[in-house]
Amino acid sequence: MEFFHNPRVNWLGWKWYFLAFSMIFSVAGIVKMSWNWSHIGSPVPLGVDFRGGTQVDVQFAQPPDINAIRHAIDLAGVRDASIQTFGSAADHQVLISLPEQTNEAALDVGRQEIESALQAHYNNYFNPTTGVKVDVVGPTVGHELKTKATQAVLFSMAGMLVYLWFRFQLIYGVAAVVACFHDTLITVGAFALTGREISLTVIAAILTLVGYSMNDTIVVFDRIRENLRISRREPLTDLVNRSINQTLSRTVLTSGLTFLTVLSLFIFGGQVLNGFSFALVVGILIGTYSSIAIAAPMLVAWQERRAKKGRAAALPAARRSKG
Amino acid sequence: MKKNLKNKIALIVAVLLICLYGIFGIPSGISGKALLSAISNRIHMGLDLQGGAHLILQVQVSEAVNAETDNSVQEIQQDLKKANLTFSQVVKPDPNKPDVIRIEGTNSTQSDAVSALLGGAKYANEYDVSGGTGNNWTLTMKPLFESDLDKRTVDEAIETIRDRVDALGVSEPLIQEYGLGANQILVELPGVSDLDQVKGIIRSTARLEIHAVDGGPFPSEDAALQSVNGALPPNDEILPFTGDLGGSSSTSYYVIERSSIVAGSDFRSAEPGVNSNTGQKQVNFTLTDEAGDKFWDYTSANIGKSMAVVMGGTVREVAVIKGAIRDSGLIEGSFNQNEVMELSKLLRTGALPASLNYIEASTVGATLGADSIHEGVTAAVVGIVVVLVFMLVYYKGSGINADLALILNLIILLGIMGLSAWITSLSGGGGFTLTLTLPGIAGVILTIGMGVDSNVLIFERIREEIRAGKAASAAVDQGFARAWVTIVDTHVTTIVSAAILFIVGTGPVKGFATTLIIGLLANLFTAVFVSRVIFEAHLNHLKSGEMVSI
Repeated sequence: MEFFHNPRVNWLGWKWYFLAFSMIFSVAGIVKMSWNWSHIGSPVPLGVDFRGGTQVDVQFAQPPDINAIRHAIDLAGVRDASIQTFGSAADHQVLISLPEQTNEAALDVGRQEIESALQAHYNNYFNPTTGVKVDVVGPTVGHELKTKATQAVLFSMAGMLVYLWFRFQLIYGVAAVVACFHDTLITVGAFALTGREISLTVIAAILTLVGYSMNDTIVVFDRIRENLRISRREPLTDLVNRSINQTLSRTVLTSGLTFLTVLSLFIFGGQVLNGFSFALVVGILIGTYSSIAIAAPMLVAWQERRAKKGRAAALPAARRSKG
Repeated sequence: MKKNLKNKIALIVAVLLICLYGIFGIPSGISGKALLSAISNRIHMGLDLQGGAHLILQVQVSEAVNAETDNSVQEIQQDLKKANLTFSQVVKPDPNKPDVIRIEGTNSTQSDAVSALLGGAKYANEYDVSGGTGNNWTLTMKPLFESDLDKRTVDEAIETIRDRVDALGVSEPLIQEYGLGANQILVELPGVSDLDQVKGIIRSTARLEIHAVDGGPFPSEDAALQSVNGALPPNDEILPFTGDLGGSSSTSYYVIERSSIVAGSDFRSAEPGVNSNTGQKQVNFTLTDEAGDKFWDYTSANIGKSMAVVMGGTVREVAVIKGAIRDSGLIEGSFNQNEVMELSKLLRTGALPASLNYIEASTVGATLGADSIHEGVTAAVVGIVVVLVFMLVYYKGSGINADLALILNLIILLGIMGLSAWITSLSGGGGFTLTLTLPGIAGVILTIGMGVDSNVLIFERIREEIRAGKAASAAVDQGFARAWVTIVDTHVTTIVSAAILFIVGTGPVKGFATTLIIGLLANLFTAVFVSRVIFEAHLNHLKSGEMVSI
């Protein structure tokens, strides 16, 4: 069984459409993020991990059912609550964490929200005066973690660029890293546009999609390098098109399979994992797209610019040494 | 060739068994429940996947304020002396108000000079100055400065606790500020149910300090008080000495100067050691350069006097200053092996800036919620099954190959995580436990994706070679050879990036990077070596002219 029997699509012919598509979504994302920045103080809504929030401690008469509690809170419109059991099983206590503003007034707001939600939708008695405690929780992601994480990502991108420079040529590394930035921008923009919160696990998902996008781009570049070695007279545009076509089967297969796994997580994985799986769903699609639509055209454009200026095309070391 | 193949298969089976042991240990039974409990015993999971200990600690920020004002008292005394301004004493009049300093008995003719000194940049940032009439001055710590100091103390305490918890192999803890301006810290440790053990790990004792000794030893607190005529000078305090001095093991008391010579973060490092002369256990320490200068100044000016090592409000050791010491010294005597190691560990992981009180200690369930974990696991399993089935349909016979490689990849990854926990428990906490958290699972998903990718790359190449007319064995060889370059490039790039994430990142970023690196290395093993071996075994069974099923 085979999906593609010798595809012959002119990918680079579509590059202006691709560019337009990317620009539209990037700009839309940036606009929404700027709007967010001026209204809520951060480009994307941030979860409890980053902002801290309110923690409500409720003691029930009967053993609590986490599923039912989450459902009850959902019905009341309270999103992104973290629910965990507390103390020994005989305590029947549950901790509910909500991202809220961390000030005195918000403590009561959070408490009210939870109390009314539980009283309306969850059939388990608790005493509103003695059975409920509220407290404020600081952010898990301290300043140090934020700085370190950002540094880590930037350095790792630099590392990948250097490795690709070494194995191919500088422009390959630059094109791949630009594609990764593009993917991250559009994914984070998607969060901004859909009003989803960013938590620590979403950050992990974004790191995953960077790795995935890079992987995809390198496979295409590898084929381009191999073809450059073989055919010397072929115009670069044709060669790149051919390389993408040759790897199309593999690309669709791998992306398709990984996408199906992540889609399953998105649909069946429950509310708490929703942000995480959303990032991966968007990320895998965009990651595959960017190798063809961003990295490859960028490569060709650069080489053509060099050719126009009369300089030899920047070729991967292997071809140069062969002479 | 056949023998070579047998060896390779043996190697793969060995790896499989070791990793299965890593995951399950020796399970008590084969039922689903027994296996599940075996897994959760072996693989260390983070707070988001399992519950753990939940503690709330109160940081005694007044101690930090105390230490700061003690420091200032000393500095003021020195500065006044240097400027030749007379005064009778510089004290903190009220022990319940550690942020107030009084200077008493200044000369009225010098009050302008005193005022200028106190108004200078050194003190003006920290204190509000009032007085001057009646030759008494009061310095009160600025509220803004004090709240800033409180916040810094809590932040430092959080980092120190994190170091201590990390250094003892409890990975992926949750440590964050708690309460509204209450200077409290929330600590959650996954998989830890023994709260006493946790308290032992965190250790609420505060700084290690060296103070000047003004009198002692005295057999009782009263006797110590009598030596200063019943009125303890405000600069001094009386502390008990728990140790062996001259053979007697009863408690004696010393009159110690309140403000320390060096303390807490002045210590750069500490190692347990043994005195070459006496064979006694000791702690060798080094101070920071700045503290070294301070120590040098003090010891060279006070040869013949005694100084005391104070920890947790008790005197641990008293020594006579025999010569000037700069930045390396030793603390000896009256320690047993455990205490020496504890002391070194405490000094190494940074002393706490202030004591901690336990307000609450209990256990807590998984932050992700047991329901979400269940849903997530179901979804992941569904996803993986779809992949496995698809590979069979698309690649027919070779699909089995890919499926086996993928399953083995997962087993190796989880196995190594389980083994790391096992090794750590064997070596008593000195190893490096790999914890599975949700970000780690993200890393696993990426590994699966790249694993599938590697197989697809190889198989597509083999198909190309077959299409070009090569025979079965040659097609397989060429397929692997040409795909190898791409696989190396993609894996090395991702490993480079994961390594950097691991080195620079902290917490969940680190967890993600670890799972990714191990997964990728496992992938290189399964996709290339194991797949190859399975192909070889299959090729051996082919009749001549027959093609691989792909």
